[in-house]
Amino acid sequence: MATVIVDVMPKEVLLDPAGKATARALQRFGDGEITDVRIGKRFELTVEGEVTPKLLEHIGEIAKNVLSNEVIEDVVSIRAAD
Amino acid sequence: MRVGVITFPGSLDDRDALRAIALGGGEPVALWHGERDLHGVDAIVLPGGFSYGDYLRCGAIAAHSPIMSEVIDAANKGMPVLGICNGFQILVEAHLLAGGLIRNDHGTFIRRDQKIRVENIDTAWTNKYTVGQEITIPLKNGEGGFIADDETLKQLEGDGLIAFRYLEVNPNGSRNDIAGLRNARGNVVGLMPHPEHAVEPGFGPDTAERMQSGVDGLAVFQSVLASTVLS
Repeated sequence: MATVIVDVMPKEVLLDPAGKATARALQRFGDGEITDVRIGKRFELTVEGEVTPKLLEHIGEIAKNVLSNEVIEDVVSIRAAD
Repeated sequence: MRVGVITFPGSLDDRDALRAIALGGGEPVALWHGERDLHGVDAIVLPGGFSYGDYLRCGAIAAHSPIMSEVIDAANKGMPVLGICNGFQILVEAHLLAGGLIRNDHGTFIRRDQKIRVENIDTAWTNKYTVGQEITIPLKNGEGGFIADDETLKQLEGDGLIAFRYLEVNPNGSRNDIAGLRNARGNVVGLMPHPEHAVEPGFGPDTAERMQSGVDGLAVFQSVLASTVLS
């Protein structure tokens, strides 16, 4: 068994209200080094057998059509776990 | 006319929608998400709620449920389909309507009696209103911010696909104050506010005349009865 990791982030041009709220809370920690937060999602898919280019292509389709909504999100990476 | 309401795991307003259909003069039919059978209905309502706990994205898992492939086929053939709140989110996730819905810009859940303007009446669900009619129906959502890129927004505006627009208050940061959309054909409509909660005196929004007497949502469910020409 292997694991494939898919990372999805809200599009940069869009408001990320959850990230904004978290960024405001982080103002209370440190000396203001942290100026912004964006919150995305990480999916860990457990797969049978080896991670082949064909499988990654298949997962790419799933990532585009199900795991993310291209109107509001970008799939930023798809990779086999170490 | 038989109007189906699909119950998903986590739907909340399915029974309200069934009641609204009956009060509007239609025959309500309860449908279940796990079936692939629309039981011969003539129109479909996707109700509000939190299908699948809003996991993944609001409406995303419901949009891939067994019955939705039937709904998408039927919608593409012209069957009237209405999505209310979570139902609107399901319709955008199913690509039956454009754009997306994200967390309210102020970050909190909001519930209010919301004034909206009917922008387009050439649809299966708005033909009993008049253009520009101002109505008040309840709104309650956490992720109702309508967004689309500039090009899509321009196209929606240019093609007259905005069905409803927020008045006075934009409750969730929706672009261009968009509260509801239609598709090009006019058979599919989605909106965040809840017409099914303003259909019966005593249970609707307050009006100038009497508390809780607002029934501005009823015309949505009456409109579909006059829409057989589309299906």
